[in-house]
Amino acid sequence: MAAPQLQVNAGKSILIRIAELRAWLFLILLIVFFESWARAAYGMSFIVNLYNIQSITVFATVPLMLALGQTFVIISAGIDLSLGFVMGLSSVVAAHMANIAAAQLGLGPFPAMMFGILAGIVVTFIPGLVNGWLIAYLRVPPFIGTLGMYGVARGSAYLAGGGMTVAVNNEWYSVIGNSRPFGIPVLVMIAVVAIIIMHYLLSQTRFGQHTYALGASKAAASRAGINIKMLTMRIYLLSGLTAGLAGALYTGRFSAGAPQAGEPLLLDSIAAVVIGGASLFGGSGTIWGTVAGALVIAVIQYGLVFIDVEPFWQFIAVGTVIIISVLVDQAQRRFIGGRQVE
Amino acid sequence: MSERQPILSVRNVSKHFGGVQALDKVSFDVFPGEVVALAGDNGAGKSTVIKAISGVYPYEDGDIFLDGKRIAFATPQEARDNGIETIYQDLALADNLSIGANIFLGREPMKRLFGILPAIDRKRMAEAAKETMKRLDFHVDRLDAPVAAFSGGQRQAVAIGRAMYWNARLVIMDEPTAALGVPEQRKVIALIQSLKAEGKGIIFISHNLRDIFEVADRIVVFRRGENAGERTPGTVSADEIVRLMVGK
Ligand SMILES: Nc1ncnc2c1ncn2[C@@H]1O[C@H](COP(=O)(O)OP(=O)(O)OP(=O)(O)O)[C@@H](O)[C@H]1O
Ligand SMILES: [Mg+2]
Repeated sequence: MAAPQLQVNAGKSILIRIAELRAWLFLILLIVFFESWARAAYGMSFIVNLYNIQSITVFATVPLMLALGQTFVIISAGIDLSLGFVMGLSSVVAAHMANIAAAQLGLGPFPAMMFGILAGIVVTFIPGLVNGWLIAYLRVPPFIGTLGMYGVARGSAYLAGGGMTVAVNNEWYSVIGNSRPFGIPVLVMIAVVAIIIMHYLLSQTRFGQHTYALGASKAAASRAGINIKMLTMRIYLLSGLTAGLAGALYTGRFSAGAPQAGEPLLLDSIAAVVIGGASLFGGSGTIWGTVAGALVIAVIQYGLVFIDVEPFWQFIAVGTVIIISVLVDQAQRRFIGGRQVE
Repeated sequence: MSERQPILSVRNVSKHFGGVQALDKVSFDVFPGEVVALAGDNGAGKSTVIKAISGVYPYEDGDIFLDGKRIAFATPQEARDNGIETIYQDLALADNLSIGANIFLGREPMKRLFGILPAIDRKRMAEAAKETMKRLDFHVDRLDAPVAAFSGGQRQAVAIGRAMYWNARLVIMDEPTAALGVPEQRKVIALIQSLKAEGKGIIFISHNLRDIFEVADRIVVFRRGENAGERTPGTVSADEIVRLMVGK
């Protein structure tokens, strides 16, 4: 029988790999830029400086936590706008509960802190599940559903905090937030563990694989027998949980729970994912890309302060990097010539 | 000599949507290694009958037998678990995933990382993809490449490869060539012939009589939800099929 010869030109997939490396390239270019500036202007190194490395990585930790959950959401072709205030809610609840556990329940500082952190994380189950339920079962578009939750979480966070920040007086909690055994901040150690777990989930498990499939084609995922409603629920639940962890850690870093803790970080989390090579249309993105994206933002913000530029330039610089990333991404997609699916 | 048993037997199946009688006591059989073409004008009930078989809709009256056992699947997944694979004309694949990942989507093989952590076994997926595509004479230089850049015919091959890998006994194709250019249509026809050579039963729906005559062993004609006749391509002209379709 004359068999058909279907030749596939697949060599271009190497370019997709390059897309993932784009954020790391940005990061290196930025470091080279600040390094040259620091040497020329102050005769000192920017990056070969333990204090700077510690500051940048700690600075990146909390937005990165939000971005880790956001990565799953964006790969699934969704968006989670509620993350910032879900984080604030968690931060306030963690602070309150750590105080209550010490004062009312008479727990020591360490168990009181753990109680606070757990409470902060557990409370985010509610917004996570509600977001997932709205989007998966009631077919509310992610942008709208999580925008509604943005308002609900914002109000709840301020109500829970009585309209103010909630101070925590717990020595263990500030150890978690600020100590640096062997020069490595505890927050950074926690972030590294979170990165490894999320990378494993996304790249090695069925949950991660199905998240990519869902983002590429809902029809393909559901015809393959994937329960896409349950999958969507799990994705938004996970994203809420990472915001919960971010909030609980924030409380340690500043020894206070703040309802507005995550407000400026929501856009940073989306920016980190996009700079990291994910497409807002869904189906692409990696945890390593997001890590690089979060570091790019932190280096810009810290670096501009370091070279003594007015802080408002940060916004312009981060905004420009987002736009460049998206333009490069589009150009690469055109070049690869992928089929556009409606 | 014992009677050859059909893989699929549709007996007097009826189904209506509100006031529309979409199927009125239709019957046909599919034997192993046989391609049965369903022909009929728009709205004749071709898609409805295959959806009743594959668990998309329940049917009201009559019986459908798979290997002699009566079936009434509640979901397409249940049909798939029982060896009925349906390929749709919109060729929905996860564009960002490789051939192997598409073949295994929802049923990924797992291994243990460091002896403990469960992880997707990508090597096994790639090997199975290579194996399956070889059976279809489909040569790929990079098995880990996403299927995004594939043409319609190549995507059809992945969907067919999926049915083949999972050992579907009955493969249903609703207008598999409708979205394709002419050269790609020829390739899909050849792919159907390789499925047939593997002894699968195939239901092939098409509006293209040339394709039907080329690939079908039997042509079952529907008219307004009823059986209008059954012919073999060697003994019938295209004109006669059209006359059966329109009822003149
Ligand atoms: N979900 C539905 N709801 C209501 N009526 C339907 C539905 N699906 C099919 N029908 C009706 O049932 C009849 C048979 O439709 P069906 O789709 O099976 O035809 P077909 O033979 O596949 O036609 P075509 O060649 O156009 O695909 C038509 O009158 C159609 O309008
Ligand atoms: Mg039809």
